[in-house]
Amino acid sequence: MGRESTSSWPLIDRIGLGLAWAAGLLLCLVASAIVIYMLVRGVQFLRPGLLFSHPQPELDQTKSGGFLDPLLGTFILTVLGTTLAILPGVSIAVWLSEYARPFWLARAVESGVEVVAGTPSIVLAIFGLIIFSQRLFAPFSFTAEGGAVFGRSFFAAGAMMALIALPLIVGATREALQAIPRHVREASYALGKTKAATIRRVLLPTARPGIATGTALGMGRIAGDTAIVVILLGASLQLSSQGSGPILSTLRGTGSTLTSYVYNNSPAGEGNAPEKAYAAAFVLLLIVITLNFAVDLISRRRSAPAWNT
Amino acid sequence: MTTKVAQPSPGLLDSLWETVSKPWTDKRAELVLGALACSVLVLIAGMVIFVFVKAWPSFSHNGLSWFGSGGNVDQQLDDIFNSTKTGHGYDYHLRAWPLLWGTILTTVGAVVLGLAVALFAAVFIVEFAPDWLRRVLDPVVRLLAAVPSVIYGLIGILVIVPFVGNHLISAGRKESVAYVVQLTGASLIVAVLILTVMITPIMLAIIVDALRSVPRGWTEGAAALGVNRWRVMWTISVRAARPAIVAAAVLATARALGEAIMLSMVSGSIGFAPNPLDGITFFFEPTRPLAATIVDRADALSAPPLGQTLYAFAAVLLVSAMFLSLAGWLAKQPLKKYGAGA
Repeated sequence: MGRESTSSWPLIDRIGLGLAWAAGLLLCLVASAIVIYMLVRGVQFLRPGLLFSHPQPELDQTKSGGFLDPLLGTFILTVLGTTLAILPGVSIAVWLSEYARPFWLARAVESGVEVVAGTPSIVLAIFGLIIFSQRLFAPFSFTAEGGAVFGRSFFAAGAMMALIALPLIVGATREALQAIPRHVREASYALGKTKAATIRRVLLPTARPGIATGTALGMGRIAGDTAIVVILLGASLQLSSQGSGPILSTLRGTGSTLTSYVYNNSPAGEGNAPEKAYAAAFVLLLIVITLNFAVDLISRRRSAPAWNT
Repeated sequence: MTTKVAQPSPGLLDSLWETVSKPWTDKRAELVLGALACSVLVLIAGMVIFVFVKAWPSFSHNGLSWFGSGGNVDQQLDDIFNSTKTGHGYDYHLRAWPLLWGTILTTVGAVVLGLAVALFAAVFIVEFAPDWLRRVLDPVVRLLAAVPSVIYGLIGILVIVPFVGNHLISAGRKESVAYVVQLTGASLIVAVLILTVMITPIMLAIIVDALRSVPRGWTEGAAALGVNRWRVMWTISVRAARPAIVAAAVLATARALGEAIMLSMVSGSIGFAPNPLDGITFFFEPTRPLAATIVDRADALSAPPLGQTLYAFAAVLLVSAMFLSLAGWLAKQPLKKYGAGA
């Protein structure tokens, strides 16, 4: 369509065009306002010392320490959540795009994934709390003296975080699998490979950038989620491990993440230390933006598949 | 038998490893993958059952009037919490309408506002934006979608709420309702505006995909008849994309319903039902949706009576979100005809 002068348009159309411009510019304005404001506050309040000192439960802000533990908490939870999500996520995507039999079951699973994606994280947190408070799951958190299972730990939070990442991984993997032309599969069958071998040797390696994209998006969502952390991670300021053993004890223990640290240090929480909240929020924003735009790097590095040349 | 028991692990592990490492037959691959896929359905069923079983006492004690109005809901929640100490058994009396009303107001307000912005912005991105601006808008939308809700909440509570409280609400307005509720700036309007910013990118992504997948022949045919570019977009593309717009609105509603952290920070956290009859004051009145209530009272989740009441809130949210997700999924189905599933 060639560029035509809008002066001949009816007034109502020109108003519509004006609104469209306004909406587009408004989005740019809001986004730049958020980024610039957080950048200014981050530069103003972020000190390297904050990143490397443990938080202390002190009212005096010069003594309350930094956010090393929340930073580690975010890292542990993100890795744990994606690790738990990636195998089921890829399996579901492969099944949906390569098998999907019987038809009704595939539709049910497909809509089921949508339901998981649409479930508010606060509801997932409640569900996680109920599940992990059962006697059966006692090894994943710790048991209080009265015999009640505490139900809050990195395991519990990580398992629910996996549900947040799952739909993103399924979606990205499915898209990647569906972008592979049929004749690639047929060529593999023609060479005598079974369907299972085709999936493992041909389809999954080709879909790897898609899987990576979904994982990066999932990590961004996990790092940014607050509700599950507030309810399921026990909200202890420092990482407090349960039992013995180096890694397992941390995972069974409680902790906090950057999101819950920001929440607790905002006027809504108990800490009421806006400077610390801004500094932590700035770091959190950097992490989330990096994860989201890592997706670009992944897809840019993907050279055009051989069958397109 | 005994020799087998004496050395179970190496033999068992070896045979297990052999079965796993051997190339899988198609049959087995399909079964294993299918079983994993079905675990999603089991999980959802488990979620519904567990949450409802835990929430049942709260519903059964109040019946349908659970959803009704009457009394101060914060007072009722406190009474429920304190009923463990009185020794007269648990109290479950609750009329949750103010919280439901707060949820409805924030959700509907944000979805309506956000849909308008997303629709115009989508038309702009697809048809009217200059190339350089389009290249800017793509990361902008992704950025807005990626910012964690706690950061929106932080900016809201530290910047917007004080601004509204100090500059937009006059002293006279504060005094006029001082005997009912304090106007601090943490209000319905702030909650709705920030929620709008959070859900607009979700709708925008779906609508842009749908507008791009409208067959070119349709729009070119209209343009060839001398229809101007705005009319082509508005009457052909936007209409063709109607299922996507419905799906976008429905999915954004599900997201808005479940937003907890941001709303608990900026909505005032008072179980108060804003009254539309108050005129402009209505927009400045505090409220608190269901999800934010759960976060605010998270300490009490393990204490039976209030915990069960909070589970009941989660159950209501779960059912609404499930229906909305399914409706959004159904609304997207006709789109697959054009090859724009997303």
